[in-house]
Amino acid sequence: MQLTNRSKQVSNKQMTLAEKMYLPAIAQGLAITIKHFFGKKVTVAYPEVKRYLGPVFRGHHVLKRDEEGRERCTACGLCSLACPAEAISMVAAERKKGEEGLYREEKYAAVYEINMLRCIFCGLCEEACPKQAVYLRHDRMVPIFTERDQVIYGKDQLVEKMDDRYIRTNPDVQATPTEPSYSRSAT
Amino acid sequence: MNLTELIIKAILILVVFGVTLLIAMYSTWAERKVAGFIQDRFGPNRAGPGGIFQPLADAGKMFFKEDFIPSQANKWLFILGPCLAILTALMSSAVIPFGESIRYEDLLVPVQGIEINIGILYIFGVVSLGVYGLMVGGWASNNKFSLLGAIRAASQNISYEIAFGLSIIAILMMTGSLSLRAMVEAQHGIAWNVFNQPLGFIIFLTCAFAECNRTPFDLPECETELVGGYHTEYSSMKLGFYLFAEYINMFVSSAVIATLYFGGYNYPGMDWVRETLTGSLGAATGHNLATLVGTIVLFGKIFFFIFFFMWVRWTLPRFRYDQLMNLGWKSFIPLSVLNVVVTGFGLLFDIKYASWAIVVVMVVLAMVSSARAPKEVVQPQRS
Repeated sequence: MQLTNRSKQVSNKQMTLAEKMYLPAIAQGLAITIKHFFGKKVTVAYPEVKRYLGPVFRGHHVLKRDEEGRERCTACGLCSLACPAEAISMVAAERKKGEEGLYREEKYAAVYEINMLRCIFCGLCEEACPKQAVYLRHDRMVPIFTERDQVIYGKDQLVEKMDDRYIRTNPDVQATPTEPSYSRSAT
Repeated sequence: MNLTELIIKAILILVVFGVTLLIAMYSTWAERKVAGFIQDRFGPNRAGPGGIFQPLADAGKMFFKEDFIPSQANKWLFILGPCLAILTALMSSAVIPFGESIRYEDLLVPVQGIEINIGILYIFGVVSLGVYGLMVGGWASNNKFSLLGAIRAASQNISYEIAFGLSIIAILMMTGSLSLRAMVEAQHGIAWNVFNQPLGFIIFLTCAFAECNRTPFDLPECETELVGGYHTEYSSMKLGFYLFAEYINMFVSSAVIATLYFGGYNYPGMDWVRETLTGSLGAATGHNLATLVGTIVLFGKIFFFIFFFMWVRWTLPRFRYDQLMNLGWKSFIPLSVLNVVVTGFGLLFDIKYASWAIVVVMVVLAMVSSARAPKEVVQPQRS
């Protein structure tokens, strides 16, 4: 079956003298390599230069706040349940009077921890979340760690800072009311 | 020979030795850089700016690795192998004229380790000794792949030595001397041998590749067939010595090619430079500066050929062993004999460019043969 026209029939015909001398072919090859020598390099010097990994990259987790700065998470535990690596754990607490500016609903996560050694960055927590609270950032990676006690990320590292909000738009995919996370847009 | 001359000579020898080692050291870095650039990469660029400290890092690594000697190996020969390789590699730069002469008061000291009137024979002798390092090392390892690699190295060196020597003979006939300095002086200005001996140059260059065990003739270390070749069992700085010897050999071969075919320290306009410098700066300083310019020109040529060695290495695939032998015995030896004969006729009838006749005939023959070759019929692929 012929798929493309690029395949070339191999022949074992007698070589001509020019081919036997190798020199024309060698000169041709040298010309090709010297062109690459002066050509543009494809290497991205990684730690100094970082490539854009696309809008669907799953990196550092973020616990979103809403527009008024209240935490969206209600500690329902669905992310924890969805997590195939069992990396997420949380402790729920009831919102007290006077804390309405901090938490959007009556229940909130007093402790929310992700074990980054366990996490496989599958994004199922993001899909499971009914409150659009947990997201995996597309623009930031989890930094390198050297000690085990640096591995468990608490709320101090996960909750979104209001001066550094994470907005991700994906106009290509339409969100549906039943599957808000389908578009993977974060507001 | 008085004391001043002795001191200048001693300094010269030390400088040549140091420069040889330095260039060999940075050849390892340049090799990886060139490889990277040819493959659209950057090559080593982490150790220092542009990876300039990479050779130091490599040497440090080499020294700290385990120095392993196989229990069944012949210990003394095993140690002798890399020593021989590096010794012979370092010896050969002694006779290469790196420049004209240094003038100190009324003393003229040639910029050369030692001026002997059989310089090229010395180089040949030492280069042939170099294969003992490979042979002894591969044999002493008590490993069949090492031995096969060593045998390959030996047979390849023997085969190519003949064409190597024969291609030189044409130059010897034209110069009438075995002294490298005499050969260089015969190529004054732009009268370089490569213009009289194009075929000899190509044969010499190819044989130099084979003698250095460089791609496309690096069959002794063909890792697909022979694990690691003659240095399979070597580790630590012993392996480092083998690899280092290869780079020193490359430097020496480049120097010899530049000396024999590209006029050594000669460059067009050298007389004018010398006159201007001696006229404006005085006899001694001007003379020494002019010598320095010549030396820099020679090193430029050497670096070009080192680059060429690397360029070829990252372009051509390895020859098959039978192709290697066919090329050596069936093509190069007859061609170099023909070159000697034609050059001899040229000298007899005083035609300087006689050797070009072979090149012209070969080009014509090649064109005729490719024109007469049956056109390749493109057959449709069977489904």
